[in-house]
Amino acid sequence: MPDRAPVIVGTGLSDYPQAPHLDGVQHHAQAMQRALADCGVPKDEIDGYLDAGGGGGMMIDDAVTMAEYLGIDHRYIDGTMTGGSSFEFHVQHAAAAIRQGLCDTVLITYGSDQLSRMGRGLGTGGLGRGVKRFGGPAQYEAPFGNSLVGSYAMAAQRHMHEFGTTSEQLAEIAVGVRELAGLNPDAMYRDPITVDDVVGSRLIADPLHKLDCCVISDGGGALVMTTAERARDLRQPPVYVLGAAGAQTHWNISQMPDFTDTAASRCGPVAFGQAGLTPADIDTIQFYDSFTITVLLLLEGLGFCGRGEGGAFVKEGHLRRSGDLPLNTDGGGLSSSHPGMRGIFLLIEAVRQLRGQAGAAQVPDCEVALACGSGGWLSCIGAVILGRDHPS
Amino acid sequence: MSQTGGGAAGATQPAEQWERPLPRPDNVSKPFWEAASRGELLIQRCPSGHRQFYPRAVCRVCGSDPEWERASGRGTVHTFTVIRQNHARPFRDELPYVVAMVELDEGVRMMGNITDCAIDQVRIGMPVEVHMVQAEPGVGVPFWRPVAGEGRES
Repeated sequence: MPDRAPVIVGTGLSDYPQAPHLDGVQHHAQAMQRALADCGVPKDEIDGYLDAGGGGGMMIDDAVTMAEYLGIDHRYIDGTMTGGSSFEFHVQHAAAAIRQGLCDTVLITYGSDQLSRMGRGLGTGGLGRGVKRFGGPAQYEAPFGNSLVGSYAMAAQRHMHEFGTTSEQLAEIAVGVRELAGLNPDAMYRDPITVDDVVGSRLIADPLHKLDCCVISDGGGALVMTTAERARDLRQPPVYVLGAAGAQTHWNISQMPDFTDTAASRCGPVAFGQAGLTPADIDTIQFYDSFTITVLLLLEGLGFCGRGEGGAFVKEGHLRRSGDLPLNTDGGGLSSSHPGMRGIFLLIEAVRQLRGQAGAAQVPDCEVALACGSGGWLSCIGAVILGRDHPS
Repeated sequence: MSQTGGGAAGATQPAEQWERPLPRPDNVSKPFWEAASRGELLIQRCPSGHRQFYPRAVCRVCGSDPEWERASGRGTVHTFTVIRQNHARPFRDELPYVVAMVELDEGVRMMGNITDCAIDQVRIGMPVEVHMVQAEPGVGVPFWRPVAGEGRES
């Protein structure tokens, strides 16, 4: 029997954090070229394609458009769009499709020119004149002037109310990620910061400060997945998908059932169960850090600490470069890059760690990594556990 | 914008000039916005007793047909934020302001703004009551203000 254990064999990043020479679709294309070159899979071998779209700006980049544009002759296609966590859901779906034999070799791409597009004055419709109208669930939120930051701020405020979490505890997350960004020559911000810097930065939406928020960048990424069997002849050591699960609690923030409990508490146990592992087995975490509170909620939801204990947990230093659970070793969204939907970078960085290719940011003897994406407004959480060794 | 003004609960105060985003009423939402323009806050309740907001064509719990129910218009602040940065018109001229999730006495939550209250006085658990602002004919929009004389901590 051929070994159909699903593996990640190729990764590619397009130019970031600022790439005015690329539009969103070009980010997809460049990332694909680099991922194929990374592993040595010829493009015509790709028979599965997954793409969430949403990053093309003026250029359409949904799955069927991009399959046509990139010339992917697929027998498995998936346009799942759960916001920034789409790519964790994609790995879950691709792993199942590969195991089932629906396809053999899968490409996942993402690309966004968000920063450069804003610089060119496009996509800033909020500045226009005239009253705008909203249908669907948005009609019950749009009149009140909430912001993206405000949605996460309401979760942070509730967490502080219920558990006594402090701004200083949240700041510790940003400080640790910035320390690791200092090791990434491409990161948008690399100078060290302190807790005082974070809590002293401007409030954007109480209680979140400017330095509690991710950067806005350009960027794209691609993954190539295949079977362990096929991976034997490729350039890079395979990284095994040990567990992958996702769940959704809501989409619009006003529908969040519990502002201090995300779908991580539902999908985490599933992913750990598939892998036969517990949080204590994880060597590094690559978490969606749209805001500091996002990381705190994922830590609690996935069981790295108890509910409400996230603030004290991060203060113990686990997530630092020198800690036992280094977080976002590429500098994360808080300091390196955030083109809008960052979930693919979490997976790419986890692979880099498990291959032992992370240079100065390498986590010693890294065997198991957890990538966890949060999409929407803490809405759709996808957890992927990746391993260096074959799970059998 | 005059939504910070007074007016008895149940009445709808006309906005002098509404510049904020407006709902696009649909088959399901039209009765909600029309009732609000008459000063009434509606939520949905299905025959099995499940309440929900926002209004939907089905009960999100059991899939049955929901019916309209008039809410008391009272609740508490479940969580909130002070928006200090928003580049979109007209909000950029109204900074800072409070966006809150209000938990109604009936148990459902809705997003809104807290008015008639200094932003540093808003607290989780604070009792609030609705007041409606007429955004355009047939569309009232609910805003929230502290309940006079009640404690503001929980």
